[in-house]
Amino acid sequence: MTPILSLNGVTKRFHGGTPSEVLALSEVNLAVAAGDFVTIIGSNGAGKSTLLNAIAGLVDLDAGTIAFEGRDVTRAPVYRRAAVIGRIDQDPGDSTCAAMTIEENLAMAERRGMHRGLRRAVTASARARFAAALAPIGLGLQTRLAARVGTLSGGQRQALALLMATIAGARLLLLDEHLAALDPRTADIVMGLTERLVVAHNMTTLMITHKMQDAIRIGNRLIMMHEGRIILDVRDAAKAALTVDALVARFHQAGGDISEDRVLLAT
Amino acid sequence: MAQVQALVLNMFEQGFLYAFLGLGVLITFRFFRFPDLTAEGSYPLGGAVAAALLVQHVDPFVATFAAAAAGATAGVVTALIHTKLRINNIIAGIIAMTALYSINLRVMGKANVPLLTTPSVFSETIGWFNQLGLDLPDNVFTTIPIVFVLLALGALVLIWFFTTDLGLAVRATGQNETMIASLGVDTDRTKMVGLGLSNAFIAFSGALVAQNHGFADIGMGIGILVTGAAAVLIGEAIFGDRTVAWWVVAVICGTVIYRLLVALALRVGLEPVDLRLVTAVLLLLALTVPRWRRHVFG
Repeated sequence: MTPILSLNGVTKRFHGGTPSEVLALSEVNLAVAAGDFVTIIGSNGAGKSTLLNAIAGLVDLDAGTIAFEGRDVTRAPVYRRAAVIGRIDQDPGDSTCAAMTIEENLAMAERRGMHRGLRRAVTASARARFAAALAPIGLGLQTRLAARVGTLSGGQRQALALLMATIAGARLLLLDEHLAALDPRTADIVMGLTERLVVAHNMTTLMITHKMQDAIRIGNRLIMMHEGRIILDVRDAAKAALTVDALVARFHQAGGDISEDRVLLAT
Repeated sequence: MAQVQALVLNMFEQGFLYAFLGLGVLITFRFFRFPDLTAEGSYPLGGAVAAALLVQHVDPFVATFAAAAAGATAGVVTALIHTKLRINNIIAGIIAMTALYSINLRVMGKANVPLLTTPSVFSETIGWFNQLGLDLPDNVFTTIPIVFVLLALGALVLIWFFTTDLGLAVRATGQNETMIASLGVDTDRTKMVGLGLSNAFIAFSGALVAQNHGFADIGMGIGILVTGAAAVLIGEAIFGDRTVAWWVVAVICGTVIYRLLVALALRVGLEPVDLRLVTAVLLLLALTVPRWRRHVFG
């Protein structure tokens, strides 16, 4: 079966040719099957975010290819890949538009990958759809459709971003520490919502997290990155059998200096 | 009393004429969050294109809308310089503004084209009504309703546009480009639409002002971006910025108030040479008063 996403020899250098050259991705090979929920861990600078940004098209590769459902998208711009890829960043300000209203944000998300013409964006039927989609989240957003997104809390904004990423036909979801800016209670709510939406929309998901417990508990596959490479890739039963201690040991084995890393703090 | 009446009439007439400029500047300055200097070239371009066509006996409405189309083209060129050649948006505007100076001179053929004897959208409209048996004069009492109707139509078009799928994408492009691109929008295209629409309004304003003042001049665009920005800022300072419709109305009111303040400044003895200084002070006030007001009442 063709993987939904496949990376072959993906390499990315920053500041190439200067003394501060960083090898962010080093010949990364990765095949993700449809329906996989992959958690990604690794120290700062391991290349996790660059990996997701490369898949989304935000960074140009120095070498390698990326294919989506067997179709080469290596040179496709962000907006073309966006038809099938939903993406949420760590900063709640990045994935929603603060100056516009909740209903306007959702209306923009509903047209993902579609032609945008001179049709009225927020109609009465659209409002009814948005309210119905927001109600189960439980944050009361369905009654505030005309409120500016800038007036929402970080958790509300990330919940809205999740809905925007999943509302219209994206098949791959990229989450770059989307809970990192939230307090623990809100993070739990948004994580629960993430899992529900991923199942409901049958999405393939790649999630970066710095919480090892989340990485082990959530999803069916875990990869660990270090210095631009994937150094651990476990799935299903083997993943379920992982422990935080085993991951830390594995990390030391790879030569990672875990002492000064958030990974340790989060365990 | 007659003086007050003249002041008020002038305020509405000039305010409505320049309000198209304010609305054009609103799109770039507020929705796209950068001061688009193309305005300094597209505003006189509107006057130049209208003047060149009017002296060739082209219908005034055709000439005025051709001016808007020329302005839209200028805006699209600025957007292309910015997106395809990857040049900073302010620099792209400066390049377009510089090129337009020569283009405007070429279009007009000389630095100043008098339009006192040619028909205008105002004389044309009054002519239609007079054919129906009315006897309307061509003065400020007839210009104000004519400009008001055009302005109301323009405002409705803007408000409608910014509630469509494309309009939302254009607004989001200025607010959060990464986000709207990750929803599948080609932001090169939405920038062309936004800058084109903005400069169409600005050139339309230039075409109307030229016909109202009776001439098009190569220097009519100097400092015009600041005039538009002053209208936007005064409107915001007084009315705030709740929805697009509210914003549009605020900018129209802001332009009218700006013209009143300028007229008052002249009335209290300042000379036309002082007007830029007056504008600068008004801009400073519009920028600082809302902050100060929040500080005191907030």
